[in-house]
Amino acid sequence: MTSESVIRDPLITNGKTLHDVTEDIAGRVEEKPHKTWLLAMAVSLSLLFVGFLAVATLLWEGIGVWGLNKTVGWAWDITNFVWWVGIGHAGTLISAVLLLFRQRWRMSINRASEAMTIFAVICAAMFPVLHMGRPWLGFYWALPLPNTFGSLWVNFNSPLLWDVFAISTYFSVSLVFWYIGLIPDFATIRDRATNKISKAIYGGLSFGWTGAARTWNHYETVALVLAGLATPLVLSVHTIVSFDFATSVIPGWHTTIFPPYFVAGAIFSGFAMVLTLLLVTRKVYKLEDYITIQHIELMNIVIIITGSIVGIAYITELFIAWYSGVEAEQYAFLNRVSGPYWWAYWSMMTCNVISPQLFWFKKIRTNLAATFVLSIVVNIGMWFERFVIIVTSLHRDFLPSSWAMFYPTIYDIGVYIFTFGLFFTAFFLFAKFFPVINMAEVKSIVKATGESVNKPTGVTSGTTEKELA
Amino acid sequence: MNSNKKYWKGLEQLQNTPEFAERANKEFPEHLPLENEGGEGTNRRDFLKLMGFGIGAVSLAACEAPVRKAIPWVKKPEVIDPGVPNYYATTFVSGSDYQTVVVKTREGRPIKVEGNTLSEINGGGTTSQSEASVLSLYDKQRFTSPQKDGAASTWDEIDKAVKSLPASSRVAIVSNTIASPSTLKALDLFTAKFANSRRVVYDQNSYSGSLDANEESFGVRALPTYDFSKAETIVSFGADFLGASPSSVSNNKQFAASRRLGDGKKTMSRLYVFESNLSLTGANADYRMPVMASEQDKFVLALYEAIVEGAAPKNENLKKVVADLKKSSSSLVLSGSNDKNVQLLVNAINSSLGNYGTTINMSVADMTKAGSDQDFRAFVSDLKAGSIDAVFFINCNPVYDHALGAELSASISKAKFSLSTADRPDETNGSVKYIAPDCHYLESWNDFQLTSKHFSLSQPTISKIFDTRQVQDSFLNWAGENVSYYDFIRTNWESDMMPLASDAADFDLFWDQSLHNGVFTSTVETAEVEFNDTAAEAKAAVAAKKASNGLELVIYQNAALGTGVQANNPWLQEMPDPITKACWDNYLTVSPQQAEEWGIVFGDMSTQTVNLKVGGNTVEVPVMAQPGQAYNTVGLALGYGRTKAGKVADGVGVNAYPLLAYEGDTITNKIVAGVSVEPVGAEYRIAQTQTSQTYMGRETVIQETVLKKYQEDPQAGRNFPKIATAEGFKKPSAVSLWKGHEYANHHWGMAIDLNACTGCGTCTVACQTENNIPVVGKQEVLNRREMHWIRIDRYYSHNPEDLTESQANARSFTKPEFAAVQNPEVTFQPMMCQQCNNAPCETVCPVAATTHSSEGLNQMTYNRCIGTRYCANNCPYKVRRFNWFKYHDNDKFDTNLAMNNDLGKMVLNPDVTVRARGVMEKCTFCVQRIQAGKLEAKKEKRRPVDGEVTTACASACPSEALVFGDMKDPESRISKVLKIKSMEKGVEAQEPRAYHVLEELRVMPNIWYLTKVRNKDEVKKAETADAHA
Repeated sequence: MTSESVIRDPLITNGKTLHDVTEDIAGRVEEKPHKTWLLAMAVSLSLLFVGFLAVATLLWEGIGVWGLNKTVGWAWDITNFVWWVGIGHAGTLISAVLLLFRQRWRMSINRASEAMTIFAVICAAMFPVLHMGRPWLGFYWALPLPNTFGSLWVNFNSPLLWDVFAISTYFSVSLVFWYIGLIPDFATIRDRATNKISKAIYGGLSFGWTGAARTWNHYETVALVLAGLATPLVLSVHTIVSFDFATSVIPGWHTTIFPPYFVAGAIFSGFAMVLTLLLVTRKVYKLEDYITIQHIELMNIVIIITGSIVGIAYITELFIAWYSGVEAEQYAFLNRVSGPYWWAYWSMMTCNVISPQLFWFKKIRTNLAATFVLSIVVNIGMWFERFVIIVTSLHRDFLPSSWAMFYPTIYDIGVYIFTFGLFFTAFFLFAKFFPVINMAEVKSIVKATGESVNKPTGVTSGTTEKELA
Repeated sequence: MNSNKKYWKGLEQLQNTPEFAERANKEFPEHLPLENEGGEGTNRRDFLKLMGFGIGAVSLAACEAPVRKAIPWVKKPEVIDPGVPNYYATTFVSGSDYQTVVVKTREGRPIKVEGNTLSEINGGGTTSQSEASVLSLYDKQRFTSPQKDGAASTWDEIDKAVKSLPASSRVAIVSNTIASPSTLKALDLFTAKFANSRRVVYDQNSYSGSLDANEESFGVRALPTYDFSKAETIVSFGADFLGASPSSVSNNKQFAASRRLGDGKKTMSRLYVFESNLSLTGANADYRMPVMASEQDKFVLALYEAIVEGAAPKNENLKKVVADLKKSSSSLVLSGSNDKNVQLLVNAINSSLGNYGTTINMSVADMTKAGSDQDFRAFVSDLKAGSIDAVFFINCNPVYDHALGAELSASISKAKFSLSTADRPDETNGSVKYIAPDCHYLESWNDFQLTSKHFSLSQPTISKIFDTRQVQDSFLNWAGENVSYYDFIRTNWESDMMPLASDAADFDLFWDQSLHNGVFTSTVETAEVEFNDTAAEAKAAVAAKKASNGLELVIYQNAALGTGVQANNPWLQEMPDPITKACWDNYLTVSPQQAEEWGIVFGDMSTQTVNLKVGGNTVEVPVMAQPGQAYNTVGLALGYGRTKAGKVADGVGVNAYPLLAYEGDTITNKIVAGVSVEPVGAEYRIAQTQTSQTYMGRETVIQETVLKKYQEDPQAGRNFPKIATAEGFKKPSAVSLWKGHEYANHHWGMAIDLNACTGCGTCTVACQTENNIPVVGKQEVLNRREMHWIRIDRYYSHNPEDLTESQANARSFTKPEFAAVQNPEVTFQPMMCQQCNNAPCETVCPVAATTHSSEGLNQMTYNRCIGTRYCANNCPYKVRRFNWFKYHDNDKFDTNLAMNNDLGKMVLNPDVTVRARGVMEKCTFCVQRIQAGKLEAKKEKRRPVDGEVTTACASACPSEALVFGDMKDPESRISKVLKIKSMEKGVEAQEPRAYHVLEELRVMPNIWYLTKVRNKDEVKKAETADAHA
């Protein structure tokens, strides 16, 4: 008697054939835009426009239109920056780390989550530039470029400079990784295109893809190499972002726990954002057979794990603050919990630590509506986490004489809205004109794990589908 | 070989016609249109020429010449070199406040006022008002020409009008105290022309009662001069001698001297204050008793009975005072009362204590206050009655700043002739017929007699900006004297002052010397005065004063605006009040308990208004909960509520002058009857630069002790943070990632004596002037964005046993700043960039815009800054300031007068960059002064001498609490104060009181603080005043 492992649930359901895959995914690109899409696009563009007004005012008048002050020098700007960078983590994690671990369930979701990563990183990158007093100089002075200012060089000691390198590296690698993955699918669309313009555009985008065995071989090698390159970046980017705070002297920032805690938080918020977006895309594009409940459940499990890591980090911070015996540190954390920004702290605690625990219930983690709501709750919580770290640490630091409150203005909100507009405009354009699921990769698993191959029940080896039927 | 063989290309060549030969010699066979044949149309060359010219012209036009309106000297004045400052000694005048100062001019324009170190009265210190006065010079509000009926006029017209006054006119000349002998002479020449003339003198902050008392006691109607440095015990009954006093600079200096501790001096003075509002003096008291206004005089009476009559005081606090006074070899008792009888009692107490001749000098009298409230009242009633024909207001504004202003305003028109010499619009000259604008003091010649033996001079530091004329020249002219005021002063000095100088032989020499020094001290001994005790009658009068049981109002003068003469000066408006840390407003200071009873709802810098009713006047004012305010007494500051002073001052706060009242013959600032308050409930926001009131018990911030403990152990009160390492606990400086800095040449540092700092805030304005710091306005201060590079942190503290049970319970982490004790201790801590050796700001700047200098400075390169604000976030002292907006040339910041109009810009220091929008700025230790000092020394091939280089704040500090210098120089003052020991890397201060704020962060500042020592008994008990004792 041999005992067989349980055959895994199929990743693609409903007996999709290879042609079905092409039709289901490339078809969305080829057809005329839906009304829903047009509506969503209109909303995104109006957010972008409203936000643009705020950005324009900010650039014209100065940073003073925000609510910052002499004590709180960063608030929504860097909160939003870290938040978007965090969201940008899921894509690479899904495509690179899961690729290395041969997790094939990632294939249905990696394209969209990588796209999300890229757009999120673009949104994030807005803030380091917009938050500068003199962005017209800062955007290139922050780079180590040869210059005619004498021997002026950037300060390699500054974590902000490390950020510049970390974010730009991450962005470049993610972009290349994403684009390489798109090439075979562009070729498919090119080949199916009926009008000249599409043919020309997708022909250009597909870089003359031939589909030869050598090409496929190159393609897969490159994907693996890039995955190898991208994996350390998943850890490094948010580690370096956390250095902005961890290397400073401010109580509440000066904490060695920050790198792992930030990385976990980033994956946490990234997965939540992927869920938010995919649940909608799945519904609108009728991709239920590709993005199955199993996908959602697996992602929810990642959310429980990272959410719990984050929760432990919060509690560790409190413990260390007490254990350190440092007066300012102790006060900083007591102030977080019970000071004037207590509501931000407890929003963070509720959204990030308590709410993901609901996913221990299978019913909840396999429920679409609950997942959708909780995925948004998590991202609200993660925004508050960054707000709590930045604002509540700064507003009451060492000298009580300088303690001050921070109140946001409409321009703080407006610039945040601008990035939402930017993000969704980019995402909807992507969803319309690019294949949202990696057709080439998914096709590789249709036969291996599709429903037509295996039945979900335990089956002894050697039996065929027919025999069972 | 046939050598004749011919090769030809074509028939043309073979035939070789002349046409062919001509063509063949040309490079281009076709005719090229090189010249424009027939002159029609344009050809290629013309086109290129025109385009080249066009582009050249356009690009030339685009490059506007960067230098505008700079005209080279035709004949260069001998003393003015571009880039080199000139200093002139002169005398600051504002109302009846006088100070001897030195004015720094650059290219012929005054840009900074400094103390005159040669002056025996003020020494090097200044006040915020004198520091700020240089901006008042460049106020666009000033009259540009004489005025008649509100329209521009000419001097001829004015002169004609005055000269045509009939000799029979009844003339009144109204002014604040004029301490200028030559001006008085000139006035006398003018009034001599009239049969009936009178001079009416008043002071905004009236000393009329004290003057009358001194006249009765000593036969001299003047204030005495004090020497606080000699007093062991000082008792003040509502006298704010550190804040609002004619001699506040010297008072601060002497008081600080009596508080300074060191190796040779282990004792210090003890200050008792009985007062209603928490004043600057009260904040510096060792023992402060909040008492109701009506009780202050009773305490004086009780002290009189105890000291002079030997009665045993009933009040616990007074018992302690009496014991100390009796024990002390020298003491000083002061009262802020303007009641002659109270001052007579004070005189008797001081006389009985033997203070005349030691701490109080009546024979060298202060000549800057001579107002008479009685005279003024008589003048107003005469004016009302129509018995005055001509009234002259000399540089005074009684409609605004006198209790009888409203009555006066209504009756000015009853005089046929009215003239004001104010140099800018004010509430009084709005209703006068003629305005003969005086020059600003920085444009004027003048002389002053500040005390019986101290004289000073004023000289112009700039040629007249507008068509103004010195008031003295005007009066000389109107008196028919054909002499300039300059010559007039010289003549006077030759006849009157030169004889007072025993060593003066040649007048020109004497004059040049006096003018150079700005001051002249008479060498002739002043006559001794005899004390004539008339206290018995006074005692009865004081005893008869009724105790009130209702709400009382004490009107005070704050350190920023003073009497409000310079209210249109934005530097003063934005200077935080030393106690409340509020600016751009006055408000009713109320005890927290009472505010709670009234149901006032406070928020973050938000409060509510109340209707304050005093007699027939009602004003709506916001409430400020003020710890230390005596219960049932409220305070309101003078100087606000201007209506015609200009865009900065108009509408800021409420005018408290109309609330002052006559009590007998003198004006009192304590209104003890008919005061009521009813809450309005309208929300109001008061801009404060500090909203957390306590230092949260953080001993690494404030380190303090009491004298007894200090005497036993000079390190008492010090906090020594230790860092846990693998090798055990170490002091922070022993643990570092950094290599430290070697300083080869200079190592600049500063010592700040918390015991000497009285918190006056002069440094803030001095720094603002020196370093072109923008004024941001009330809204931006509310947004917590004031730009001051140096601030004075004011912390309240209390002992837990002073708290009531409910207060103690309310002290949670949500309201840590709640120090609602009746009577807090106050600590002032000047805070500016600490110039850290391991500066947290330097490491985080991505573009290296802030770096460390080879002389220990933390430098800020504005040009390189991209404005990430990371440095400010990472600064543990929060001293960095960001340019949130463009503050210069921006209509939205039009109260920033120094940067928003051409005239105002003349005040800017050309050695300091005006910062652009979006860059960070902070204290630089006045690096421009350091560089100038080094350059000067280098030119003379020597090292800078200690004291030659100093910062604006240190030079302005009247109490010399800030000591700046080179720690590499073992002989420098700072090296001695801190007992600097040079280490391999950096230095160590061995003075036991010296500490670094936040030492545990090991940022290694170059600024040390010296612990605050209070002269209190070790067991703290009797200090909560029993206000109802």
